[in-house]
Amino acid sequence: MAEIAVRAEHLTKKFGDFTAVDDVSFEVRAGEVVGYLGPNGSGKTTTMRMLLGLLSPTHGSAQVLGYDIRHQPAQIRPLVGYMSQKFALYDELTVFENLDFYAGIYDLRGSRRRLRIDEVLHLVGLEEHRKERAEDISTGWRQRLALAIALVHDPRLLFLDEPTSGVDPSARRVFWDLIDRLAGGGTTVFVSTHYMDEAEYCGRLGIMNLGRLLAIDTPLALKTACLPGPAWDLVLDPTALIPALQALEATPGVSQVGLRGDHLHAITRAGVHSAASLLAALGPHGQGAAVEQAEPTLEDVFIALTRRPA
Amino acid sequence: MSDWVLEAHDLRMTFGAGPTATHAVDGISLSVAPGQAYGLVGPDGAGKTTTMRLLVGVLSRGSGEVRILGRDLRRDGSAALNHVGYLAQRFSLYEDLTVQENLAFFGTVRSVRGPDMIARSAELLHFVGLSGFEHRLAGQLSGGMKQKLGLACALVHRPRLLLLDEPTTGVDPVTRQDFWQLIIRLLSEGVAVVVSTPYMDEAARCNRLGFMIRGRLLMQGSPRELINLMAGRVLMLVAQPKSLARKVCNADARIEDVAAFGDRLHLRLHAGTRTEGPGNALEVLRAALVTAGVQVDDLRLIQPSLEDVFIALQEGTALQAAPGDAVADAALAGDAGEAQHG
Repeated sequence: MAEIAVRAEHLTKKFGDFTAVDDVSFEVRAGEVVGYLGPNGSGKTTTMRMLLGLLSPTHGSAQVLGYDIRHQPAQIRPLVGYMSQKFALYDELTVFENLDFYAGIYDLRGSRRRLRIDEVLHLVGLEEHRKERAEDISTGWRQRLALAIALVHDPRLLFLDEPTSGVDPSARRVFWDLIDRLAGGGTTVFVSTHYMDEAEYCGRLGIMNLGRLLAIDTPLALKTACLPGPAWDLVLDPTALIPALQALEATPGVSQVGLRGDHLHAITRAGVHSAASLLAALGPHGQGAAVEQAEPTLEDVFIALTRRPA
Repeated sequence: MSDWVLEAHDLRMTFGAGPTATHAVDGISLSVAPGQAYGLVGPDGAGKTTTMRLLVGVLSRGSGEVRILGRDLRRDGSAALNHVGYLAQRFSLYEDLTVQENLAFFGTVRSVRGPDMIARSAELLHFVGLSGFEHRLAGQLSGGMKQKLGLACALVHRPRLLLLDEPTTGVDPVTRQDFWQLIIRLLSEGVAVVVSTPYMDEAARCNRLGFMIRGRLLMQGSPRELINLMAGRVLMLVAQPKSLARKVCNADARIEDVAAFGDRLHLRLHAGTRTEGPGNALEVLRAALVTAGVQVDDLRLIQPSLEDVFIALQEGTALQAAPGDAVADAALAGDAGEAQHG
């Protein structure tokens, strides 16, 4: 039986009349990487702050690593690490000095402190750069340094708030490889993000909107369960794209459609359409078009859940 | 009269001098037609923003030729720039001015005044969906609304070329979708758009992409052409236990790269690896996994994502298989030239 790292039950937070988090329940098992995908203001950060013990819920409850967030926040703090979107690095300090400073805050001392700093530097691959000033290293490396700082006290649960915002895909992949290794070692990871590129890396993903948790499952399962049917790519003559888009928007059985560069991407209700019937729906705009089934994306899922078709 | 809205030839920008000089932009040429969205993608520090700045002529020390609707940016700057709207990465709205006042300010800068401006301002606010917010302070708008106001300000003089530097960084998916609907309408009116972005879902919306690395344009093509570079080379594996599955994959000489995506692994095969017929890579891998005691829930070829292409391009392994229409141009041509002299 897997240990439960986070259990939230009917978690609700109101600020005056505004309900930031609305009756949210979920569980995270130890060693899982769970993402929270939603727009700004959907309640992701408020949820995270409640789980960190920084905000008290209005209703409902949560246990983090077995401790109650309302009554035992002091027990939770030393067991969790937090990497904020706007992480605080001391630019004029070196990589090592940044880590040494945070190790001090967590009261790591003597040889244990030195060993742990070496360990996290090795983990994030920054050993060679320990003497460089934080302001002189690339965005991707800064992100890895911030992760090392969040890990310096060896937390069992790691909270990441949009950790790879603004980095390129290669740096993102390196970062998520690290996260995967941490999770493999038993660390639980809770990530909030509004980037689809980032959400794809999570083991399970919760979709948040307007304070509500709309669905939570693996990315593959979400793409099956939350979409009414298959995804299609329709490659058309560039001049036909806009009229074809309008034609499909008006076609029964097409639940969502959008323009992607040189083609249209559509989701249809199960069993309603074939490549031939979509081509027929395009009428004269479908001249020379190629229609094929496509991989659904998390963006399809997000739009299906948050913007119900008319 | 030129068919291109934007033609840039051999753009260069060097910071510093001598052996420590950095070639931020190192011989970039590109053209954008009316109604075309051209995406500049590449890793941090590849030179995307510097290229954008060269295209609007704000870096006086750069070299190369930029023509906008046939007008030379160096010799005929103000005439050329009359056709350009630019939304910078950190676009500055005046937070203590209202929506209307911000627009009026940009109108003044662009010499749109009087009754023209009143009509244009109403039209733009309607276009970006901010009608009714005329008197709200810009500082009190949400992130998405600020972005739309930024776009409205960039469009005040009806530019034929719109340059967007990472326009939807920090914006949620639905707002991003809305923003792109606006861009699509501009494209359908024949406006040409150049957009720089680190996000592949955004890059996928462009008609044509230029992949930049170390100041050079390594590859240009439509998103589908670029994806086709990697067709037949990406596998998805769902297996238990994952760590053991990963070990088996790492030991398979046909597999070039293993990446973990939550509960599944993406495997990149070396160029030219067989995925059909007896003894193909999938069959062999499946057998090896089962022998090692791994439970294989799913193993199949998937359509590569632009992210897969991006990473392979950056590592230099996508070019080996570069056939068809996507052309490896500027940078490769440059390399060949240098090699002859060397």
